[in-house]
Amino acid sequence: MIAIDDYRRVAPPGAIDMLLRLAERVRGRRLLHVSGGRFGGGPAEILHTLVPMMADLGVDAAWEITGGDPGFYATAAALRAALDGAERVLTDEALDHYVEMNRVNAKKIALDADLVLVHDVLPATLVEHRGAQGRWVWRCHFDSSHAQRRAWTFLRPYVNQFDAAVFSLPKFGRRLGIPKYIIAPSIDPLSEKNRDLTAREVTTILRGLGVSQDRPILLQVAPFTAAEDPLGVVNAYRLVRKHYHVRLVLAGTGDADRESRETLAELREAASHDPDITVLELPPDAHVQINALQRAATIVLQKSVHEGFGLGAAEAMWKGKPVVGGVAGGLTQQIVYDVTGYTVHSVEGAAFRLRHLLNNPELIARMGAAGREHVRRSFLVTRHLTDYMALLIHLTR
Amino acid sequence: MTTPAPFQFIGCVELRQALDHRARDERELLDRLEDVPAGSVFYHTHGYFLRHRPITTAYGNDFAAWAAVQVRDQVLAERLAVINPFEMASLEDLREELMSAVHDHLLRLSTIPRVEFGEAFHFQQSHIVEVPLGPAVSTLAELRAGLAEVDASAIYFHMVEARARLGRRSGDFAEWIRTSLQLPALAERIERIDTYMTSLERVRARVLALVDGALEEASA
Repeated sequence: MIAIDDYRRVAPPGAIDMLLRLAERVRGRRLLHVSGGRFGGGPAEILHTLVPMMADLGVDAAWEITGGDPGFYATAAALRAALDGAERVLTDEALDHYVEMNRVNAKKIALDADLVLVHDVLPATLVEHRGAQGRWVWRCHFDSSHAQRRAWTFLRPYVNQFDAAVFSLPKFGRRLGIPKYIIAPSIDPLSEKNRDLTAREVTTILRGLGVSQDRPILLQVAPFTAAEDPLGVVNAYRLVRKHYHVRLVLAGTGDADRESRETLAELREAASHDPDITVLELPPDAHVQINALQRAATIVLQKSVHEGFGLGAAEAMWKGKPVVGGVAGGLTQQIVYDVTGYTVHSVEGAAFRLRHLLNNPELIARMGAAGREHVRRSFLVTRHLTDYMALLIHLTR
Repeated sequence: MTTPAPFQFIGCVELRQALDHRARDERELLDRLEDVPAGSVFYHTHGYFLRHRPITTAYGNDFAAWAAVQVRDQVLAERLAVINPFEMASLEDLREELMSAVHDHLLRLSTIPRVEFGEAFHFQQSHIVEVPLGPAVSTLAELRAGLAEVDASAIYFHMVEARARLGRRSGDFAEWIRTSLQLPALAERIERIDTYMTSLERVRARVLALVDGALEEASA
């Protein structure tokens, strides 16, 4: 089991002592996380790290989840997609059922805590059942700025019953009647996805995936959807290939929806004509494989045209890789232009920056090192935990 | 002889809060600058030094960084970057100075520079959570030992936050050295350290160098 002291060798100097002192200040106060599930998605992934770390620090922290029938999950998923800007049909009956299921959840979950952090959409309407004690915060992990009107009109009255909301970036929030705090998400440097791997481990894993390391590897790890623009990545690679003998690896988790299947089929078609393109459809728990791919890569792409925070960039930078990313979501926060990589607006821009880096290998090393330090200061779970403790102290004074 | 009052290092965590003010062009920046709370002016100027890391390009404050990176208006960026927040007597004076720079710049232009492909400026403010760090110190040698090890946020708290937002104009190190250790010459030298356009680690190194000099003088 990983202990808080294990983070001393990866966190910035003084960060763990700061956490220990913050923990002393919140001793005796109870923090409760409520999410829609324990698996799948970034919020659950990071709670698996954050909650045990809090316990190790002596903080009284708990994590509860809501449950329901298939209709509950389907409506919450549609509502979440609509809040993220997608067009969805939301009927009054389905929304009533979603609210009703959370009324049942409220009876099953002990919701008494000094600070209740409710993550994302599934448990959001639990706030109706809050008691007089304790402070309630809605932790929104997605970009709500382009929410469909119907979805936001439905959710806003619930959100305004919280004492505060937390967004990952200022631009992800909307006008609310409550304070909006900003806490960026984070990566766990000691997790399977980010822990150090030996060169032999990397080679073994890549061999198992059928990826040769005989040439520089350009890598994008992302879902096979238009938002992540994997076809744009292929086109950028084709422009680069005229000048450099490189491999392109596109790795991601395939979804069952039509868009994902069509994109994957197009990528496979492109790969069938070019042996230097590898498309890897990985299972959701392929963390160590992604880790090895990122470590083996020469340059990592995150050429999204629509993105949430997009922590894939931070993961790659933590492994000392320069990142060429799209101007979308949190990528502009993570990629410091010309320092840790480049943000680009087009396929041609991506190709230009890839060639620029391949032509100047010393830049790859320098930007990789700068990226790792940038992530150490700003996107590790230790900083995330520090922010949550500060929030607990600030709201429960 | 009385025992000097001990010095307690205080680190800090900045809890950021988004405000419902944003600007997509320089006219909006001017208008919003007039409206936002003084805490927001502080966050985007003095607070820049808590967040700024030496790996990033130095613009001196968030407004100048936005003008340069998002609007691509290097002229306004230069005008805003040279405004030293540590030279202003109050946050309202600083706000006036920033607004004057934007206003004068716009007077010379026929069109308002705006964000075309970049991001809007989102105004924020912060709440500082104070965290006592390490045992309190009572001598200059103990202060030196603590200063070398303490989290960088303590340098920010004692050298920037104390002066600009808490009204302790000398900064906490200089004040304690003057009043508790009775070393006015050293206090004055520390007070003169320029905290503008540098990193917290560089400020730490400068204070340590001055303290080392005083310790050597005392031992000689």
